[in-house]
Order: sequence, then C-alpha cells, then structure tokens
Amino acid sequence: MQIYLPIAEVVVNAFTLIGLGGVVGLMSGLFGVGGGFLITPLLFFIGIPPAIAVATGANQVVASSFSGVLAHVKRKSVDFRMGWVLLAGGLVGSSLGVLLFNLLSRLGQVDLVVQLCYVIFLGLIGAMMLQESLRALRRTRVSGPIKPTRRHQHGWVHRWPLKMKFRASGLYISAIPVLGVGAVVGILGALMGVGGGFIMVPAMIYLLGMPTKVVIGTSLFQITFLSAYTTLMHAVSSNTVDVMLAVLLIVGGVVGAQIGTQWGARLRAEQLRILLALLVLAVCAKLALDLFLRPDELYSITPGLLK
Amino acid sequence: MIRRAALILLLSALPALAQQAPPRVPAPPLPEPPEQIVAGISRDDIDITTNFDGSEIIIYGAIKRETPIPDGDPLDVVVAVAGPSESVTVRHKERRLGIWINTGRVSIGAAPSFYVVASTRPLHLILTPEEDQRHRVSVPLAMRSFAGPLDVEDAVPYTEALIRLREADGLYRLDDGAVRLAEETLFRADVRLPANLIEGDYSARIFLLRGGKVTDTFRAPIEVRKVGLERWLYRLALENPFAYGIMSLAIAIAAGWGASVAFRQLRRT
Repeated sequence: MQIYLPIAEVVVNAFTLIGLGGVVGLMSGLFGVGGGFLITPLLFFIGIPPAIAVATGANQVVASSFSGVLAHVKRKSVDFRMGWVLLAGGLVGSSLGVLLFNLLSRLGQVDLVVQLCYVIFLGLIGAMMLQESLRALRRTRVSGPIKPTRRHQHGWVHRWPLKMKFRASGLYISAIPVLGVGAVVGILGALMGVGGGFIMVPAMIYLLGMPTKVVIGTSLFQITFLSAYTTLMHAVSSNTVDVMLAVLLIVGGVVGAQIGTQWGARLRAEQLRILLALLVLAVCAKLALDLFLRPDELYSITPGLLK
Repeated sequence: MIRRAALILLLSALPALAQQAPPRVPAPPLPEPPEQIVAGISRDDIDITTNFDGSEIIIYGAIKRETPIPDGDPLDVVVAVAGPSESVTVRHKERRLGIWINTGRVSIGAAPSFYVVASTRPLHLILTPEEDQRHRVSVPLAMRSFAGPLDVEDAVPYTEALIRLREADGLYRLDDGAVRLAEETLFRADVRLPANLIEGDYSARIFLLRGGKVTDTFRAPIEVRKVGLERWLYRLALENPFAYGIMSLAIAIAAGWGASVAFRQLRRT
C-alpha cells in the first residue's frame, strides 16, 4: 500500500514502514536502546530526506521507549530517581548538542562529523561490551553465577560530594557523574540524531556500576523524555517531523517493543549484552564501509543553498 | 552536450547575472503567427491525497490557421511540463585520507522540481540550439543560473549529475514521440506525473515548430495541491509547529500506552 507523506513529500510503502518500526521496536524492548541509531540510517536508505528521518525517528523513539518503560515499571525495574538525574543532565547536553550541530553545519562537513561519531562510538562501545560480556559469560560457565565485584568497589566516583541514594540500583554515589553521563549522552544524541541509549546503557553499567536489571528500564525512562524534547525542538525549529511517517513506524514499533521486552525477560543479562554488542558492531561496520568504499554515485543533491 | 557546455560557460562568465534569473524572452513580436495553438488540459488541478499514486494529464489541442497547411518543413509540437523551481546544491565526494567525503559543491539557483519534455520527434531534429536557448525547452536549459560564485573548476559534471539523479527518480524525462499529431492539425500528449510530486504551481508549455524555429507558444497553469488530511497536517506543521509537535508526541505516548495495555490483556488471557 503506497502512501504519500505530507511533510517528507515522498511516496513510500506503508507496510515497509510498519515492518521497519517493528524491527526497531523489538531492539528497543530487548536492549533498552531507543533504536534511533537503527531507524535513522534505515529511513535514509528507503529515501526519506535526512532531516525528516532524524526528527521523525525521534518521535518514533518516544512511542517505543514509552511502551517499553511501562512494561519495565510493571516489573519494578526502573530507577526513577536515577532517571530524573540523568534526564536533567541530558536536557542540558541535548541543548548544547543542537548548538554544536548548528555550528558544524555552518562550517560545512557536518555529515562527515556525524558519520565519524557513529563509527567511533559504536565501534568503541561495541568492542568493549563484547569483550566484557564474553569474559563474564565464560566466568559464570566455569564457577556458576557470581556477584559482579564491580558494584561494591569504592572508586573515584564514590569520593565526590553531593551523594545521593539510588535505592532501586543499590547505589550511594555522587550525583555529579550521573549528571555528567546524562549530559555527554545528550550532546552525542543531539549530534547524531539519536536518543543515545546505546551509549547510555554501557555508561550506566560500566561507569556508574548499575545492575543490568534496572539499567534497561531506567535508560528507556530517560530516553522517552529526552527524545520527546528533541521531537518538539525539531518540530518547532525546522518543521521536519512527519507525523504520518511517525504513526506508521509507531504502529510497528510499539508491538515490537512489547515482544522485545518479553524476550528480554527470558534471556540472561550477559547474553543480552553480547547481542547488543554484536548489533552495535554490525551497524558500525556498515557505516565504516560507507566511508571507506567508493560509493556508487559520487554526486548527491541537497535541497536549498548551502552557505 | 556541446549546447550544455556552452550554456555553462555563458553562465559562469556572467556571475553578476547569476543571482537573478535571465528574463524570459517573449515570443517574437509578429502581428499574428499564421498558425496558432488552441489547447486544453484534461485537468488543471491535481489533488495530493494520502493514497496519491501519481496522475496522468492529457494535454490536447488543435492548430488554428486561416491559410492552407504550408508546404515545406513539417510541423512539430513540443509539450514541456515543469514543476515549481527550487534551489539545490549538488555535492561531489572524493577520497581524502582514505575516506570518501564531500569536497566540491555547486549551488543552482533554480532547478525545476519536475520537468518532462514530450515531443513529436527527437528534440535535436526539430529544434535548433538557438531556439532552445531562447525558449529554454530542453532539460539542461530548464535549470537556471548558479547561485553565487563557483568554487569548482568545472561545473558541467555537477549539472549532469543533477539531471542524471533526477532522471533516475523519474522527475526529469525526455519523451521523444510522446506527442501525437494528426493531419498537422490535432495533437495530444499524455504526461504521467509521478507519485513523489511536491506541492506548487506547475505549468504546461506547448511549442509549435517548423524548420527548427518556434512559431507559436501556449502556456497553461496546473495547480498541484495537497488536500484533506495531507493539507491539514502540512498547514498545522508550518503554521502552528508547537501544537503539531505536541500532537505528534501525544500520538506517540498514546500508542505506546495502548500497546502496553493490549499486551497485558493478551498475556492474561
């Protein structure tokens, strides 16, 4: 079924969009990532103009992560307190990121910076997660499940002031690194046009030492708000949210997210992390190939005049 | 090809003129051409609905003349349908330090978003380059002026790439033989408009040709508009972006909540 998108002004197949939304929603529920890093490149691929893909992607992320959050709230695996603090940092970071994005567009080459950001961050995070979770998996196989020692280490993070108790995570740490993580993820998210879950999840596990059980729900919680903020910013400043496109993606996405959350409950934390790591590395490899291989078409058309 | 290169040389030599489009040359101030076009369009407004899948317009007409059909050069008809012009930037990738990045770019002040030329016979046989320049009939000539000074040595590959990419998208087309002419008097052209049209004022131009020269022209507007839901959403997004953004978010939240409730029900049963 072909459908004309009012803002994007292109015709696409409705079922393709529902399917895309479904796949991304599945990832969202499974791993606690918003799926922005998947949906945006996929929308480029089917011919949606980049600016509209980024903004509408954010709108679809709101739906799938909200659906995911509700499922996690039911399972009591959301640390609300941690979520609010991360969000506060995230909103500041996101605003800074938008400013940085505009600055880079004025200098030209914003595409390249964004693409390099993707390759570097996805590559680093994917490799780190894969290595760590493979090690964890091997350890549990040898001596049965053991408590990760990391959680009770008192590192530099614990000596900072402004300590807060995060009961659901079982942590008593300073709010400063939490705000910092939120802000950094916010900046990168705005720059790369994503919610930032794929950076947030490993940062929560490895930097803040949160238990994997609450990481996904908490990450989804803050992504819901952060991407709602981004969507509104895009709608107001550049009119690039296509609600028709969003609805089709959302229909697939919310169903996918529910299924993903159910599957996630059945898998072990290490397995989940390995899967997410592999997914992140696959997207990274694809983007890196685009940078290094000779493209089929060396010319491209951008509407408007570039300054 | 030579024609195109000539145009580009001409344009790049005149940067002062580049900002404004060259004035449209009016038809020669002859009192009354001996042969005149009388034409109609099957529909002069096209509605873009949600399931818009392209449209077909028929441009038809007759040649009005007071005298018998002249001998000599045969009569030809060219129909050009153009969409609203927009500025575009064409960028070129090159390999730098092992990665492919955009290096050069050429900004074109006005390129039609859609352009189809239908003719009775191949265009190069029936239209001289000078007349093409004058009336801007062929696809490369439909694009006007580079915006600002050029910062690449050779702009030809850029304009060629624009045409090539738009042709691949079905937005630019040269339809030789798509105009049917009967008895040098009645003509008809069927022009297919693709689904990925943008909203705006389109125009159909009809040219009457003899011996490579344009003897009469005719112009008719075609209005392409979004209607219904498409129009409502489009207007809301532009006129009240905040409300539009809130609405988009509300839909997203409602959908997320709805799915969550539905799945809980499903699990229970």
